[in-house]
Amino acid sequence: MRGLEYAGCRLPCTRSQTKGCRVSELKRTPLYDLHVSLGAKMVPFAGYDMPVQYSLGVMKEHLHCRAAAGLFDVSHMGQVILRSEDPEVAKAALETLIPQDVLELVEGRQRYGFFTNDAGGIEDDLMFANRGDHLFVVVNAACKDADVARMRAALEPEVTVKLLENRALLALQGPKAEVVLAEHHPVVAEMRFMDVATVPIAGAECWVSRSGYTGEDGYEISVPAAAATDLAKALLAHEDVEAIGLGARDSLRLEAGLCLYGHDIDETTSPVEGGLTWGMQKVRRAGGDRAGGFPGADRILREMGEGVSRKRVGLSPEGRAPMREGTPLFASADADTQIGTVTSGGFGPTVGAPVAMGYVDAAHAENGTTLFGEVRGKRLPVSVAKLPFVAAGFKR
Amino acid sequence: MKFTEEHEWLRVEGDEVVVGITAHAAEQLGDVVFIELPDEGQTVSKDDEIVVIESVKAASDILAPLDGVITEVNEPLVEEPGKVNEDPEGDAWFFKMKIEDLSALDDMMDEAAYKKFIG
Repeated sequence: MRGLEYAGCRLPCTRSQTKGCRVSELKRTPLYDLHVSLGAKMVPFAGYDMPVQYSLGVMKEHLHCRAAAGLFDVSHMGQVILRSEDPEVAKAALETLIPQDVLELVEGRQRYGFFTNDAGGIEDDLMFANRGDHLFVVVNAACKDADVARMRAALEPEVTVKLLENRALLALQGPKAEVVLAEHHPVVAEMRFMDVATVPIAGAECWVSRSGYTGEDGYEISVPAAAATDLAKALLAHEDVEAIGLGARDSLRLEAGLCLYGHDIDETTSPVEGGLTWGMQKVRRAGGDRAGGFPGADRILREMGEGVSRKRVGLSPEGRAPMREGTPLFASADADTQIGTVTSGGFGPTVGAPVAMGYVDAAHAENGTTLFGEVRGKRLPVSVAKLPFVAAGFKR
Repeated sequence: MKFTEEHEWLRVEGDEVVVGITAHAAEQLGDVVFIELPDEGQTVSKDDEIVVIESVKAASDILAPLDGVITEVNEPLVEEPGKVNEDPEGDAWFFKMKIEDLSALDDMMDEAAYKKFIG
């Protein structure tokens, strides 16, 4: 059989990774030894040697996370602190880079956002939290150096930008996440979706947020690197918790309709095309008190008023064949003109069928529209589907 | 049983050869979610891509190990691709083929040689 050599690393690679990252340069997270001891298959991802799966395998890991709880190492992501003498300065400054409402984000709350560029494209997506005297920002691994450089260039010297190299980041996701983490500190059960708090867990100062990227309820836990392995082991000791690799992380987020940066959104896609305007608060939109004032505002606000020519949509292949990233889409079985492209696609273990998302011309973006994806030279039917494929389990 | 460097196994049954993928290959692939089989009666040449196999992680092809004619395909696999992970060297065979000269198998690896090949 051909293609086996790729089977270990056909995880969607991020742009900067495909530009060439030699194995000898791979970085390790503080949990590397634990991954190896758990029998993980390690692959290069965004410059890090990361677990793509453990002994359960992608399918069972995915299903376990939806049924109970899964523990993910996301320490490769960038954790950044923005600090200014007057915290309002840092908040106002961040608003110049992202189309979100930072100023009115109250202490103890977090938001999803995205860095835009002057052309209205997306440079990266991020989470930012108001932690009182500072903002805590989490960005994608592949983009973190560029993001830090962008923030330094725009925000310093009034705001200090510090990339934390001494903390790991774990995600505990799934319907049992609350019960499991509350055994370590009951306060986490009282947190709502997108709350953040400092919580001592397993003897370490953890920065906990009730969030994640699987569509499930759960937590993301920033922990000092030196305490990360002990915390991970303590969580894994619970019978409901399994270690989950990047393979299942990808299928979980795809079923949840969440974008993978570099694939479903990138520097050419606007937040309007990407269907992310829910993440732009009214105050930053046209007519709002602080409308605009972020890179690419002209295009983004114009598109919000006038509409866009292409849109990100969910795609449900009608047969069993997965439609992978790059699959061209057509309006009919014999049309010559391509009207879209799959940007993420694979098998959805919870759906029990292939799932995908991609961009299509606006004329073909309505739910239920039948399109055709070309797979190995054959045109196979695929319908435009509502996202997410699996309903979110957030505790709002 | 004989083995190819493409991680297929071949078992002679009368004048036919049964073909599947090895347990090693199935493990490397991970959970198989989609299989496309050749047509019965199809004439194939060595190294033709005749089976598509997709796992949660990757798409792969199975190549015809020899020249010949496909005599039977394991149709139930299409409905239950996960069988490839459960019993790759038994129930989850992919196709049977008739070949001109069974002696072509003599050059292929036996189990010991294949084990050494995959290290």
